[in-house]
Order: sequence, then structure tokens, then C-alpha cells
Amino acid sequence: MKKAKLSKTGFLLLITIVMFAVMYIAGMIIFQDKGFAKPQMFLNLFISNAGLIVIACGLTIVMITGGIDISVGSVTALVCMSAADVMENKGMSAVFALFLALIIGLAFGVVQGYLVTYLKIQPFIITLAGMFFGRGLTAVISTKMISIKNKMFLAWANEKMYLPFGYTNRHGVLVHAYIYPTVVIALVVVVLIQIMLKFSKFGRALFAIGGNEQSAVLMGLNVKSTKMKAYVLDGFLAGLGGFLFCLNSCAGFVEQAKGLEMDAISAAVIGGTLLSGGVGTVVGTLFGVLITGTIQSLITTQGTLSSWWVRIVLSIMLCFFIVLQAIIGGAGLKKKDKGKEKTAKATT
Amino acid sequence: MKKKLFSLLLTATMAVGALAGCGQATSGGKSTSSSSSSSSSASSSASKGGSGKSVTIGFSQVGAESDWRTASTKSMKGTLSSKNGYTMIFDDAQQKQENQIKALRNFIQQDVDYIALDPVTESGWDTVLKEAKDAGIPVIIVDRMVKVSDDSLYTAWVGSDFKAEGNKACEWLKQYADKKGIKQSDINIVDIQGTIGASAQIGRTEGLNDAVKANGWNLVAQQTGEFTQAKGQEVMESILKSGKKINVVYCENDNEAFGAIDALEAAGKKVGSDIKNGEIMVMSFDSTNAGLTDVKNGKIALDTECNPLYGPRVDEMIKKLEAGQKVPHLQYIDEAMFAKDNTIPTVTAKNAKGEDTKYDVTVVTDDVIKGRSY
Repeated sequence: MKKAKLSKTGFLLLITIVMFAVMYIAGMIIFQDKGFAKPQMFLNLFISNAGLIVIACGLTIVMITGGIDISVGSVTALVCMSAADVMENKGMSAVFALFLALIIGLAFGVVQGYLVTYLKIQPFIITLAGMFFGRGLTAVISTKMISIKNKMFLAWANEKMYLPFGYTNRHGVLVHAYIYPTVVIALVVVVLIQIMLKFSKFGRALFAIGGNEQSAVLMGLNVKSTKMKAYVLDGFLAGLGGFLFCLNSCAGFVEQAKGLEMDAISAAVIGGTLLSGGVGTVVGTLFGVLITGTIQSLITTQGTLSSWWVRIVLSIMLCFFIVLQAIIGGAGLKKKDKGKEKTAKATT
Repeated sequence: MKKKLFSLLLTATMAVGALAGCGQATSGGKSTSSSSSSSSSASSSASKGGSGKSVTIGFSQVGAESDWRTASTKSMKGTLSSKNGYTMIFDDAQQKQENQIKALRNFIQQDVDYIALDPVTESGWDTVLKEAKDAGIPVIIVDRMVKVSDDSLYTAWVGSDFKAEGNKACEWLKQYADKKGIKQSDINIVDIQGTIGASAQIGRTEGLNDAVKANGWNLVAQQTGEFTQAKGQEVMESILKSGKKINVVYCENDNEAFGAIDALEAAGKKVGSDIKNGEIMVMSFDSTNAGLTDVKNGKIALDTECNPLYGPRVDEMIKKLEAGQKVPHLQYIDEAMFAKDNTIPTVTAKNAKGEDTKYDVTVVTDDVIKGRSY
């Protein structure tokens, strides 16, 4: 059983990575003369999506337990707005804003996690309420746009980290490729969460709960506390991701990050996370985000296609992965049934 | 086992199908892009030679939320076309700032010659504009303004002078009243404002507030209609219900004016410019096709234009920059005024810089309406 699950995860992950590679290499060949082959083009995928990567990682964790969190977009808006507000109107430092962001994320995680875990309310409904609440609170802080001019914050946002490679521009000068600190943070988060999921007791418990909650209880796992921790971690990552998002946009306003939760969910699904729980990797989610970014990048580079094609291609991708999951999930289920039959026969 | 094999086969075919789908989308683009890019690369080698080159421009547009916006896009695409020596890379941001940031980064990697940006939001542009500056790409901001810590991050801005729009509309009303022998203190005006915080709302409201103070008009009510017809109607209805005496309605865009006219007519009021005989005058901004039609029908007394046709202006600017000339950092686009007749042929009002400027009032004819695509 364990072996089958592993291969299932591995297979979905493989498809995601192959798909990304094929798309990107195709883009490099087709749009070679439009800068698609430049290393910076690739790094921009990370730069522009650092916040989304972290948020989608958090979402992957709750999705592995079979839950969902659609409040993350609003949490991001709330984080950006509060950060902008405390720095610009209350004269606080950027460090304070960062702490505030994490606390907001944690607060959402704790409340939503408690309601889902201990009062057994549907996560969709709770986080829907969280979504409205977050967006509403953002508007209460300010309906006007606040642009962040805090020196320390802008220094964080604009701190380019140059890499030892680059491309030679048309004037023959080597332009170094660069990333921002947000990218490093996002990648560290992916690696840490992946290690946690794979090797820690907590990580394995998440998969067990998502696979079958009843069996997890029978196995003697503390389901409630594990689920609670999953939501708290998800909230924390939403707060952190929101702050990274803010470093990219340097502003707070009500309409910010609208629909981000759906981007995060689709990235997780494309990355091989099962909506029914029990299967998923954050590495896959990372590639899910990269695939979304690549589609967008391809269509922008092409230059004449309507940018709404991004949505269309993305929807085709989503359908493809969901059907794929259904087939693989179905195959797994059949096997389980057969296994049950066998054990039933053996007991009689 | 058979079933598993079948499902695997099915996924494999689907994968191929999906990839083929993507391939089609991109390869469909390839034919056009490769031809355009080959022309651009050919021209960039020629560009060092001097004139007659193709300029690549990346344009990031807010979205396609209104006819006005669509007209703006059309103007940019039409003027900055391959016919006129441009290669345009267009991106619709679907109202999302993060999409625009991504598009700008993409343009930078494509090594475009110029970037044109109609920003979704005023703030949040420091980082990406710095990237453009580092890459040596001039950025032209159109329509909406950006707030950045360092103004040198963009080369130029061209947009509407909303304050002047408000000023000249009010100046027209003042002169109109004088000419018709209406006492300024008898003007009871209602302001249906735009979305609070939008620069169009701020400028147009300020213009009115100044005029109210200067001329001694009575500002009966001031409420937001959020630039929509439904809200404009709702606000007008509630003001009518309050029973206050009014004779002028100052709507901050055409959609609000349509709503206000509906509400007035439903309440049995007569809409027109004959204030003396109990008609209620509606003033509006934007001058869309439908707005001008209402001007011609006499329902809107004055429609002050908000010009979306940025293409020629940007074209002119790029030509100057290409020739090594300097362009003014801030520029205002020319905007007309439209009325049913030429009771007031010209007005003199202050622009945003505080300079007195003369503005002509255009009489709406069928040709004017026909020439208006939005």
C-alpha cells in the first residue's frame, strides 16, 4: 500500500516536471530571439511569484490533510494593507510590519484551524468566511491605495542579488542575472516543508490523515492536534507569503491579490496534490506555480494573443491533471478494494 | 492489469493532446512573431544607421473594462503599428497590478526599445521601474499617474488634466448663466461624484468645489455614483426624494449622467438647458458616443471630453526621443468640450499648472458622433 502511494505521488510529480520542462524548452526554442532563453526570464518566474510559491506551499499542507483554505488571497491583501498602514501612517519600522504580517497569518491559521478541527466545520465554509473577513478588514483599514515609501522596506524589496552568470546584451556587455531575497526565502520554505513532509512524524501524520482519517485515528495518531498544526502552519505561510507579495508590489490596496487563492489551489493541483487529500508534494506545487508563470510568460512574449488565453490554457491544464488524478486515484481505490476482499477471505 | 494499461494509455494520449494544444497556441503565434521579430532584428541592426527603423514597444494596458479603455487600446495599437514602423507587444493586465509587473519584466527581457504603461494602480512601481531603468529602457506612463520615490524612474507621463476638465466645465456653466440672465446665486447644483479616490473624481470634484466657492452657487448634495449608471440613478433618485430644489446636475462621467437622466425623467422632471423655465440641466464628462448623442438630443447640456486617444501622442514622443530630443516630463493630452449649440463658443479656465488657457466648445453634429468609436 505504501509503495503504491509513493509511486502515485512520484508519477504525478514526474508529469508536472516533464510538462514544465517541455513547455519551457519549447518557449526557449520558439521565442529565442525574444529573450525567452535568457536566464533572467527564468528567474523572473521566481521573482514575480515568490509570494505565491510560499502561499501555495501552505495550501498544499492543508490540502494533503483533505482540507482547503480559500482565505489566503484576502490574508495577502490584509497583510499588504496593514504593513503599508503601519509603516506609512503609524511610523512603524519594516521589521514590525513583518512581525505583524506573520501574526495576522497565524491568527487566521489558529482561528480557522480551531473551527475546522475542534468544531468540525467544513473548511470551505470557514475559510470562505475568513476570505470575506480579511477583505472586509482590509477595506476598513483604508479604501485608498497606500504606497510604501519606508526606506528599510524598499531596501529589502530592491536588494538585487547578482548571480555569477547572465547574458551578453546587444552592446556586448555582460548583464548579470539577479534575484531578490524573496526568491531565496521562497525556495528555503519549499525545501524545509518538503523535508518536513517527507521525514518528520508530523509530515507523515498529515498524509495518514488525508489518506483516511478514521484509520489515522485507529493508528493512534493525534488527528486533531495534527490538523490544527496544519492550519496554523498554513496561516503562517500565508502571512509570510503575503509579506513577500507585498515586497513585490510595494503597496497596499483593497483589490490586491484577488483570486490569488484560486491561483494557489490550481498550482497545487497541477503540482500533483489530490483535492481529496493524502497525496501531494510542495516541490510539485513549486512546479505548478512555475507552469502557471510560464504560460503567462509565453503569452506575453508572443505579444499579440489576448492575455485571457492564459486562463484558457490553465483551465485545460487543470482539467488534464484532475482527470489524471481521478484515473490514478480510481486505480488506487480498486486496489484497496481488492486488498479488502483478500483480507476478508483470509479471515473467513 | 488491463485496466491499468488502458488508463495509462489514455493519460498518455491526453498528455499528447494537451501538449499539441499548447503547441498550437504557441506555434500559431510563432509565425507572426518570427516574422515580426525578424523584421525588428533586421531593423535594429539598421537602427544604428539612422532613420527608417522599426521600434519595439511593450504596452501594458489596465484591462478592457470600458469602451473608453478599449478606445485607448485601439488608438495605441492603431498608431504604433507595423505600418508606422513599430512592433508592439501588447499585454492586457486584467486589472491586476501583479500581472503588469510580470509583463514589464517580460518586456525588459525582450529588450524592447520602449515600454508604455497604463498602470492599474498608482503605487507599487519602484522595483520594476528601477529594473527597466537599469536595463536602459525608457518608460512612458499613459493615462493614470504613478507615485514613485524617484520621478526619474519614468521618462514621461501623458494623461488627462482632470482639474482643468472640472474648471472649464464650471466656467462654461458660469458664463452660460450670465448669458441667459440667471443669477449665480440661483444655481442649485448636485454633484454625482465618481469613485472616491480616483484621480478623475478628485480633479473634477475640486474644479466644482472651487467654482461653487468663487461664484456663490449652492451645492445641494454631493454623493458618489461610482462612475456607474445604476449608482448614478440611485443617487439621483434619493436626492429627488429629499425634495430639495435643484436645477443643475454635475455628473462626473457619462454613465452616471445616463442614470441621473433616467431618474429625473422617471420623476417627471424635464431635462434640458432651459433652467429658467424649470428644466434641469445635466452636465457630464468623458464624451463617449452615447454621451454625445445625448448632447445632441439636448439631454446633456455640456459634455467635457476625457480623451483616450493616446496613440498619436506616444508616437510623437517616441519620435522625439529617437531623434535625441528631450520631452517634457509631464504632459497633458488635448481635450475638447461638447455642447448642443454655441451659446458659449470659448471659455478660459485654469489648467493644472494654474495657467489660464482658452478652450473651444465644439457643437455636436452627426459627423462628430459618427467619428466617435467609443
